[in-house]
Amino acid sequence: MVSAALDRLGRRTVSTVAGFGYGAMVLVESLFFLVFGRARGQRVRWSAIAEQMRVVGIDAIPIVCLLSLTVGVMLAIQFIAALREFGAETGVIIAIAKSITREFGVLITGILIAGRSGSAFAARIGSMNVSQEVDALAVMGVDPVRYLAAPALAAMLVMMPCLTLLADVVAIVGSGLYAGPMLDMSLYNYLQQTLELIKPRDLLEGLGKSVVFAVLITLVGVCTGFSVQGGAEGVGRATTRAVVWSITAIILADMAFSFS
Amino acid sequence: MAATTADTVIEVQGLEAWYGRRRILKGVDFSVRRGEIRVIMGGSGSGKSTLLRHLIGLNRPLAGTVNMLGIDLAHAGTEELLQLRRQIGVSFQGGALITSLDVEDNVSLPLREHTQLDENTVRIMARLKLEIVNLGGFQNLMPSQLSGGMIKRAALARAIVMDPKLLFFDEPSAGLDPVVSAELDELILKLRDALRMTIVVVTHELESAFRIADTITVLDHGDILVTGTVAEVRNSQNERVQDLLHRRPRDLVVDPDEYLKRLTEEDD
Repeated sequence: MVSAALDRLGRRTVSTVAGFGYGAMVLVESLFFLVFGRARGQRVRWSAIAEQMRVVGIDAIPIVCLLSLTVGVMLAIQFIAALREFGAETGVIIAIAKSITREFGVLITGILIAGRSGSAFAARIGSMNVSQEVDALAVMGVDPVRYLAAPALAAMLVMMPCLTLLADVVAIVGSGLYAGPMLDMSLYNYLQQTLELIKPRDLLEGLGKSVVFAVLITLVGVCTGFSVQGGAEGVGRATTRAVVWSITAIILADMAFSFS
Repeated sequence: MAATTADTVIEVQGLEAWYGRRRILKGVDFSVRRGEIRVIMGGSGSGKSTLLRHLIGLNRPLAGTVNMLGIDLAHAGTEELLQLRRQIGVSFQGGALITSLDVEDNVSLPLREHTQLDENTVRIMARLKLEIVNLGGFQNLMPSQLSGGMIKRAALARAIVMDPKLLFFDEPSAGLDPVVSAELDELILKLRDALRMTIVVVTHELESAFRIADTITVLDHGDILVTGTVAEVRNSQNERVQDLLHRRPRDLVVDPDEYLKRLTEEDD
């Protein structure tokens, strides 16, 4: 019994370490192809990156706006209710502004993109793996990491900060829609006060996180896709795993940021 | 041995392969000469697909050497491997066309990735190859709109678009009706004559194997039973070769100890 449990633990540990190593390798290779690929005749196509940027970023704009607007209104309601008890309603604006720019804007975007694009990466690469398309690319001398992973990573690195910025703006407007009237202010005044209270550091913290989240979501999605085995069922499992693990990864990373 | 190396394009020695604890290839020696059509034949589970994966460099040999066009796969660097891959074409069993690209883009993919040709030239070359495989006019269809035979022919067009020296073909007739499969056989012969390629075909279809092969290698349970011309294989005295040729069911000899062990042993 004990030896079987130890055996399992050992195997899991080895495969987890191998997973981290594989992820690191995909990251390094993708960055290598993005930076040096062109000089070595192994370029990553602009058209592939642009296509991924559209799928990952532009197509996500409506849903990002909807969710961040909702979260903005919700935060305003909660903060006003909570701070009113202490008679500290004037602190509402700064509390909302900081929590959105530092935390909620990027977290909402991250979770949304993990669910949307992390799973899409895993499903796309996974089904290509199952139908031998990844093998076909490899024997044609087209590195699958360069062809499939690098454009996704580049697109995510650009679009995640953009979407995060968008989410920040929309969420703050959303909070203003509720908090403005409650504080006897026009929306314009509310936004102006918010702009005065936000420091560049707040925005940068959110954007810095968004870059880390972009890397995590892409790597988890792409690596689970490449490791798919066992047909359509395997693709399904990989998709689920990609979403669960990328959300877990970004929340853990978020906590690490908060400590530092 | 200089004369043989100039003439030999594939040289495999003592190749071993394992899946977990199952030994798939048992020290396989295998060589193919320039310009011949070699058919690798064997039943399911004979290790022929595994041998193919080693030849095209998807699996690295655990033991033994695989030498293709003078490049040792086990010790080849990225650059060498890339160079080799530009000189070989592979047509996979299921076609393995990229589903998000149409037929023409699929066929042009190697040209776009490996050459600096302008778009017009790429288009013309891709369409030329599509004409060779009788798919002229179908260039704008998506892979999902193609029939089984068309997928195989499109995959073949993609495999030959770089004019490879070596062409690998995995199960050309699997899942096709007899007419289409016969057409594909003719196509393979035509390619060898017109483009002077060395072709390695993996199949379990006897009829097609005998029609296209110059030489045949029969693989069984990871061992090479016989390698020779069509006539030599037909007249082989080896019982298992004859079983395969005459579609006789195998007489599986059961070893009682092994049998009990398989039934009772715990999974690892």
